[in-house]
Amino acid sequence: MTESLAITKFSDLANPTRFLALAARLLPWMAGLCCLLFAIGLYLAFTTEGDYQQGDTVRIMYIHVPAAWLSMMCYSVMALSAIGTLVWRHPLADVSHKAAAPLGAAFTLIALITGSLWGKPMWGTWWVWDARLTSVFILFLMYLGIIALNRAMDDPSKAARVSAVLILIGFVNIPIIKFSVDWWNTLHQPASVIRMDGPTIDGEFLRPLLIMAIAYTLLFFTLHMMAMRNEIWRRRIATQRRMAARTASREV
Amino acid sequence: MRLLAENLSAHRGEDLIFSNLSFSLAEGEALLLTGRNGSGKSTLLRVAAGLLRPASGSLRLWYDETRRAYNLAEAAHYLGHRNAMKMELTVRENLAFWQSFLGNTEGGRGVSVLEAAAAVELEQVLHLPFGYLSAGQQRRMAFAKLLVAYRPVWIVDEPTAALDISAEALLARLMREHQSQGGMILAATHQPLELLNVKRLEMKGFVYTNAEGHDL
Amino acid sequence: MIDLLLRDLKLSVRAGGGALIGVLFFMTVVAVIPFGVGPDLNLLSRIGPAIIWIGALLAALLGLDRLFQTDRDDGSLDLMLMQEQPLVLTVLIKCLSHWLANILPLVIASPLLGLFMNMNEVAIGAVMITLLVGSPALAFIGAVGAAVAVTLPRGGLLVSILVLPLTIPVLIFGVSASYAAVEDPAPFLPPFLILVAITMFFSVIGPLGAALALRNAGD
Repeated sequence: MTESLAITKFSDLANPTRFLALAARLLPWMAGLCCLLFAIGLYLAFTTEGDYQQGDTVRIMYIHVPAAWLSMMCYSVMALSAIGTLVWRHPLADVSHKAAAPLGAAFTLIALITGSLWGKPMWGTWWVWDARLTSVFILFLMYLGIIALNRAMDDPSKAARVSAVLILIGFVNIPIIKFSVDWWNTLHQPASVIRMDGPTIDGEFLRPLLIMAIAYTLLFFTLHMMAMRNEIWRRRIATQRRMAARTASREV
Repeated sequence: MRLLAENLSAHRGEDLIFSNLSFSLAEGEALLLTGRNGSGKSTLLRVAAGLLRPASGSLRLWYDETRRAYNLAEAAHYLGHRNAMKMELTVRENLAFWQSFLGNTEGGRGVSVLEAAAAVELEQVLHLPFGYLSAGQQRRMAFAKLLVAYRPVWIVDEPTAALDISAEALLARLMREHQSQGGMILAATHQPLELLNVKRLEMKGFVYTNAEGHDL
Repeated sequence: MIDLLLRDLKLSVRAGGGALIGVLFFMTVVAVIPFGVGPDLNLLSRIGPAIIWIGALLAALLGLDRLFQTDRDDGSLDLMLMQEQPLVLTVLIKCLSHWLANILPLVIASPLLGLFMNMNEVAIGAVMITLLVGSPALAFIGAVGAAVAVTLPRGGLLVSILVLPLTIPVLIFGVSASYAAVEDPAPFLPPFLILVAITMFFSVIGPLGAALALRNAGD
């Protein structure tokens, strides 16, 4: 174990190098499959019957629900990566949670915006302090905080370790926040508002929803892999530049 | 008691500062690090004090009598560039706090606050707030902190910076006394420092091999 | 360990009145509310507990980002990191002394502000008790932020942004319990006990997280 932890300058790039080769091979397939699934999912989403109560607005669900699901999955991926950073000190884990944070924020934003668009016809207002919307909004704030923290530090490995701590603290907190927001919501819930989890979902809606969920998940992993690749390249360029600066000063 | 360092390497940010550094110290010996600014002296000392995690290697303090190895950090004093004393508290309060907070490691006892202050020849300012002292006096008082709690190893980074010649000699004498009682010292310094049984380590600074394999 | 507590208390008393600034900030925040919502006493007494809680929350976070900063600046933090005794314990003690010196005065000042907000005796008492029980959680959560701030060149504001979302549960249950004490149908004990549970939970998680961050913040 100590042997594998003995990282020197060049051997610690070995793993990312293998990752880059793997990414180069996998990415075209993942991207292609992702496009295909999106095409099928969107086609189904627009051809299935509308809900008799909600009309065509129910189609927002196919965009909204998978985004909301991914906003949470992304945080779990980040928490796993954070453990990788703190326990195994694996450089790929550093890159992973740094690359995932903006993706998570983007999916959360999509969930919030579509939720708001959906809420307008259903509740007659763009925003209600519904328990779910509120929790997702807090999650969004946490993503932005983590991104800001990552940007505020120069040293990438230190930034990775410190934000990993924050990610884990947030991860422990999410259930508590969810629970307390639910509690708060039942105290203040006006009776007239229609709950989002109304009747159980019909199989008619379930099929496109499932395909869209898979497509979204694949989209996340494709983008995540791309973002990790970019981050590795960015770090290598930074290292090369620093080396260039050093050699220049030695040659004088 | 032996101090063993094996295959130490350390990064600072992305840069490799030193690699595969090994040394050992026996009781009463001192390791003197020399080298220009930025050559990694302070980094090595911070690694020794456990404040920076080495990229590879380990530092242990081996007790022959009990055949047990300790983390070096827990058996060492560290005097860095900063004095670790509070300007708002009096000198006595500062020293008393560190005395009880640090405690003694096995094998020795620290001296009292008054004796420590006397050893650095500043017993008459114990009642003053630390912030009122001059830079040189502050450094001497920070050094007195090493005396109030016992640690077999002293890790000192430029201990004599900002000191005049007599004070420099005073601290060197205190370090020699520590050595003569079996203590070990790791020191980084620009000025010559008269210690006993000195081993020297010249730090070359940032080393790396470029793509063609030239050692730069 | 008791020495560390005493040292930190002495320092916060001697070094530039951090507690006083916190209390002043608290009073100012609460005092500007009537200018915003109008001097309607019924309205003020209704929103009073919430306002006092929010004011206390902000004031508690005000000085918290400096919790480890001074110790880092003068090198004391290095020595604390080296010791055999667990860092978690050191962090816990520092949180407690911060709470005693800077947050407890807020709790003590809260009844006065309750009077300004036209709250009745029961509401004032309830707010004070919930603050007393809930505010340590703020210190423990804030410690994580403070430990992260140690690595940042200009940490203060960012830390508050990072920490505030995590304090939402404390706020929710603190305010719920305060209202439950005044309004009849809602029971007081369940939210109050959950508040106690949250404080105890964070008294473990907070110092653990802060210690982890401090260990990893070395440069």
